[in-house]
Order: sequence, then C-alpha cells, then structure tokens
Amino acid sequence: MTEIIVVTSGKGGVGKTTTSASLACGLARTGKRVAVIDFDIGLRNLDLIMGCERRVVYDFVNVINGDCTLKQALIKDKRIDTLFVLAASQTRDKDALTAEGVRKVLDELIADGFDFILCDSPAGIEKGAHLAMYYADRAVVVVNPEVSSVRDSDRILGLLASKTERAEKGGTKVREHLLLTRYSPTRVAAGEMLSIADVKDILGLDVIGVIPESPQVLSASNAGTPVIMMDESDAAAAYGDAVARLLGDESLPMRFIDEPKKGFFARVFGG
Amino acid sequence: MGLLDFFRTTSPSANLAKERLRIIVQQERGSRGAPDYLPTLRRELLEVIRKYVNVDSEAVQVNYEREEGQEVLELSVALPVKAR
Repeated sequence: MTEIIVVTSGKGGVGKTTTSASLACGLARTGKRVAVIDFDIGLRNLDLIMGCERRVVYDFVNVINGDCTLKQALIKDKRIDTLFVLAASQTRDKDALTAEGVRKVLDELIADGFDFILCDSPAGIEKGAHLAMYYADRAVVVVNPEVSSVRDSDRILGLLASKTERAEKGGTKVREHLLLTRYSPTRVAAGEMLSIADVKDILGLDVIGVIPESPQVLSASNAGTPVIMMDESDAAAAYGDAVARLLGDESLPMRFIDEPKKGFFARVFGG
Repeated sequence: MGLLDFFRTTSPSANLAKERLRIIVQQERGSRGAPDYLPTLRRELLEVIRKYVNVDSEAVQVNYEREEGQEVLELSVALPVKAR
C-alpha cells in the first residue's frame, strides 16, 4: 500500500521543503521506498535541499508530457538506496501541471511499489498547491508559532477538507497533522511566542512534531544535506521523532520543548 | 526569571497573538463555504450606512451560518458612541 503525504502550509518560508526532505530521508532510512516530488513548478528548490541539483536531467513536467520515462526522471539519493527525488520543472507555464498528469505519475509510482510518496507543496493556494494536496491520503501542515503562519494553516486545513479528491468523493478524510517548526522554548517561556498548546488550541489539531529553532537547519541547507541527517542536532532528532510518529509510534514524548536549564549566573542576571 | 528581566518593561505578546488569532480564525471558518458575494455585500452596506452615520470599517459584520439545511445571514452594525 502506497501512502501519499502532502507537506503544505499556505505561507512561504516556514520550512515545507526542509520538512519534506527530512521526512523523506527519515522514512527511507527505515527501509521504506520513498519518492519525494517538488510541486513548486517554476521555482525548483527541493533538489538543492536534497543536494542533487547537479543531477537533474528530467523533471516532473517532462514526465507528464512524455518527454522521458518516470525512471529517467527519478533521481536516486546517494545516501539512502530507497529514496528518490522528482525535481520541479523550471518552466514559467502555469498550466504545465494538470490533475491527469499528476495522477498518471502517482499511479506509476504506486505500481512501482513505493511505500510513500511525499508531495512538497509550493506556498500559496494556487494550482501547484492545489494539485500537491489533491490526491493526498495524509497531510503534514507545517506551521511556525507566529500569527500569519497559523492563520494561513487554517486556510489550508479548510482546503484539505474541501478541495481534495477524498473530500470531493466523500470518502474518508485526509488525515491531518501539524508540524511546528522554528520553535523556541525560551521565547515561549518568556511569553513572547505562541506555545504548542496555543497553536493546537487555535487550529484544533494534534501535533506530530516540534522542530526547535536551530542553526543546523541553515548549515544543512548550505551543504545540501537534509537536516535529519545531521548528527547531534536537536532539529535532526526532532525530525526523527516526527518520522516515528508518522509511522505510528504515537506514544513518543515530545523533546526539545522545554526551556534549557540555566546555570546560577544566568538565573541571577537573566540572559 | 533573572534580575535583569525585572527591569524589562515589554509585556509578553504571545497572549495577544493568541487572542487575535482565535477571533480571526473563528470568523474565517464561519465564512468558509459561504457565498462569494459576502465581502462585496459588506462593502456596499458600509457605504450605505456611512451616508447616514460615520462608522468604522469594522463596524459592519456579516456572518453566514448554515444549520440543518437552513442558511442564516447575520448582519450586525455597531454604531459609534456619541460624542458628548
């Protein structure tokens, strides 16, 4: 059984691609066959985050148009044998993606026996975002603890409940999960940032992962290594936990959500 | 909290964010699936009302609800407090 998971958010810059890359790696590391597809037509970026930008020969739109086979376009990850990337096209043609075309590619991946297909959605609520979520079984909504991101996430949840194949055909709902990124326990403790409970409360949805704000995320993207592969990084461990929860381990406690303990000096003088 | 925090005057803003979000998200959920003409209706109502009373742009609220096959359009107009 193949599971199609969309990684979406509405707002840009919250960490969709970072999350797609890390979840894909994390799932593939467990031996599952994973394909991760960049739906951001015109603004290809997943390849850079995955570190395979120089190996892109054919892209998603080429496959849809029949310019090449799916096998030719899938880029096999150099770190994990069971992980494949399908790059976005850089065409400016907004109609390059069609529902039928997307369906065709997904069907071929399903027939090929992939366990997971991750759809990395573009920002916004236009065609690319719509098609990225349309055939999803599950959705990971990436949200920053910040007003505009939370509001946009709620918009996206509305779309997941109405503009997906599952919603239109009246089948079982798309399973939705929240994933908080750029979380700062220190700022939450100071009352400067929305807490996990606040976001949960406003959006009425459970949280599948909380990724702490971390300098490692930038270093990872600089290097073209999905952050989950960075050893000794809190962000990597937090993504690892999110993957375990995606795979069904619901009892796993959240880590990195409490303010780090301060020493005596810091407690007296603040910091 | 350290000694230096004691002298900081900025008040925590997360609660403010939460309250604002709660209101706007609830309002937007309410209008989901509502007819597209609602924003225009609200704008035009505001124009008409402003011919008579000088009200704020947030004084006119249009809410749409659907319950048990019945559609309800709720309009509320908050008139300004009279200056003495």
